[in-house]
Amino acid sequence: MAVAFDEMNGLGGDVRAAYQELSRWLGETPPEALTNRRQEAELLFRRIGITFAVYGDAEAQERLIPFDVIPRILSAQEWARMELGLKQRVRALNMFLRDIYHGRDILRAGLIPDDLIFQNPVFRPEMNGQAVPHDVYVHIAGIDIVRVDDEHFYVLEDNARTPSGVSYMLENREIMMRLFPDLFARHRIAPVERYPDELLTALRSVAPAHSSSEPTVALMTPGVFNSAYYEHSFLADKLGIELVEGRDLVVKNDEVFMRTTEGLKRVDVIYRRVDDDFIDPLTFRPDSVLGVPGLMSAYRAGNVTLANAVGTGIADDKAVYSYMPDIVKFYLGEEPILKNVPTWRCREPSDLAYVLDHLSELVVKEVHGSGGYGMLIGPTATKATIEAFREKLKREPDGFIAQPTLALSTCPTCTESGLAPRHVDLRPFVLTGRDRITVVPGGLTRVALQDGSLVVNSSQGGGTKDTWVLDE
Amino acid sequence: MLSRTAENLFWLSRYVERAEYLARTIEATLRVTALPNTYSGQGNEWDSALLTAGVSASFYAQYDEANETNVVEFLSMSASNPSSIRNCIEAARLNARSVRTALTGVMWDTINSAWIELQENWSKSAKSREQLTQFLRFVQETSLRFDGSAYRTMLRNDAYWFSRLGVHLERADNTARILDVKYHLLLPEEEHVGGPLDYYQWSSILRSVSALTAYHWVYRETLKPWLIADLLILNDSLPRSLASCYGNLVRNLDQIGVAYGRQGPAQRHARAVRNRLEHSNMEDIFQRGVHEFIQEFIADNSRLGEIVAKQYLI
Repeated sequence: MAVAFDEMNGLGGDVRAAYQELSRWLGETPPEALTNRRQEAELLFRRIGITFAVYGDAEAQERLIPFDVIPRILSAQEWARMELGLKQRVRALNMFLRDIYHGRDILRAGLIPDDLIFQNPVFRPEMNGQAVPHDVYVHIAGIDIVRVDDEHFYVLEDNARTPSGVSYMLENREIMMRLFPDLFARHRIAPVERYPDELLTALRSVAPAHSSSEPTVALMTPGVFNSAYYEHSFLADKLGIELVEGRDLVVKNDEVFMRTTEGLKRVDVIYRRVDDDFIDPLTFRPDSVLGVPGLMSAYRAGNVTLANAVGTGIADDKAVYSYMPDIVKFYLGEEPILKNVPTWRCREPSDLAYVLDHLSELVVKEVHGSGGYGMLIGPTATKATIEAFREKLKREPDGFIAQPTLALSTCPTCTESGLAPRHVDLRPFVLTGRDRITVVPGGLTRVALQDGSLVVNSSQGGGTKDTWVLDE
Repeated sequence: MLSRTAENLFWLSRYVERAEYLARTIEATLRVTALPNTYSGQGNEWDSALLTAGVSASFYAQYDEANETNVVEFLSMSASNPSSIRNCIEAARLNARSVRTALTGVMWDTINSAWIELQENWSKSAKSREQLTQFLRFVQETSLRFDGSAYRTMLRNDAYWFSRLGVHLERADNTARILDVKYHLLLPEEEHVGGPLDYYQWSSILRSVSALTAYHWVYRETLKPWLIADLLILNDSLPRSLASCYGNLVRNLDQIGVAYGRQGPAQRHARAVRNRLEHSNMEDIFQRGVHEFIQEFIADNSRLGEIVAKQYLI
């Protein structure tokens, strides 16, 4: 693989403009000071209890996501362009979802094969013809972005169901400001702290038309054992709304109420961090105890708004992802600002043939996978793993897509042996309300902590960094 | 607020309070058993520690003998005793975690740090008495910090009142239990042969509810069972007395009732118990029998818990 583009040093030339100050500061700061700060940061994370549960890992039920103290920096220009691209993409995602569950123009135009939608387990027939307030489906989107050189940012994946990580964006910033006040004084960094306000505003703006002028918003969590529970409670706290579990809610006459010490209280908008499958045992999985019986019927009656809407999974399906450039053009008549990573759809025989011939160069992903599980990274995989994947692909080609192994950009990172470049990606969070789309300047930078590794997922041992967007 | 949030706050406080009480019980028992034989009695102090903690049956399901090692292990660290100190702290932290949004930062920090320390330093049984003493101190300090941070940082609203309900209900139960187990020591003076033995037993009662110094301030007398009972049952100025706990319970329930604009069975029941305490005197109580009086109180107290749950928490 070619040498990766480095966020600070580019391809080995001069320090890039946005990093001038940081580079100088790194030069002045003794390595022990960085190590000390890293330990302090870890202590803070632990005491505050900013943790992440890892499934199937009984020993470490609550784990800390490693935090790297070297920030990742984006210039104002880079951000401006990215922001435009993000808004464009999310606008298209919402129009696509509206279309799929209503007129289906895009299918009739022959742009996407029907069976990719209708045979898809995350497609929800229950949403056919169902109106959602203001046609917003994806109220909160987490768009994963990678960079390969000075110019090019690619969207790696669209998270349109229940994207997580925004609490880390906010907490990383808080902790950095506490640990490195002078570094902040030397930069002009756009603040991210208004995210909870923006989120609450967006959620309120999509309340059902007949709710009161002060709609009640609640955040629904699967509970303390969920991997992102910390984030759920953090956000509920910052938004000043109740953090509810399924058992706190009850549906009566197609209206949703929460059980309070003063009796039942109506809920208008639910920011739900529970997947479709589990929100209502009467409609979806009957064995689920996380949900609320009757929630879907209240939803269909238009008495409660769910954010994100039910059925948005179809938009973050990795096979649908490969059509995103067409989707943007189809609905907006614009060229996509953010590019897709070139993608082979294994469901198409010619693509499959290519993929099978080049497995050792490609990344193969499950169409419905997430969290870095069940993927093949060709260049670093053993022969046996590659052969196992070959069999899987032949057996079930529809379930996979493949992409070239991109040379993801790297960012200087604290390691055991001092500063070293490590691969990073970026997840900005895009909020859609009744009449506007907002993105706070920043996002969650995830970093692969192993030398050369491209896997940045926290469930796979990746870490995070604070992400700075410089003001003009 | 959510019923579940109120319930979690209520239990969170109960667990913290219970952990502290267990630590006190172990500490007081250690003191009595450390006395020379002529003072320390029949050697069933560890049995009575189990009784006051209300875990005798489950203890004997696992152990044959109530000696220091076994009882201390069972009350402090045992994973299989649902109300061991360790399980109380674990449960408190789990409750705290599921209502983090209702806690202030310092309260969360206190309970989370205690939980971390428990895992790091106290995951195994204490090896020596010194370590045990340190552990007991750690538990009592955690409780003090938690209580103090709640008192200093929480808004005075329903979240606060529900958490205080938990404290006072648990505290009343603890005081009542210790009285019940030791009631045979509190028979009227003339029916009992006093001596150094009783003296240290009595002082251990007072120690376990942190009231030995208070006793001297209030009565300025040597320890007398009659007065000890008076202090722990009827004296409104002792924070752990039944009367004081019920004064607080009535007040907290009234505050909730006013905030919600509605009184209910919980308010009425608490008031009835408090009135009974107010209109009692030690003579009557001894006439009727300390044991009977306390038994009735424990039942009333746990009924209040049920009524509160039904009225607000479910």
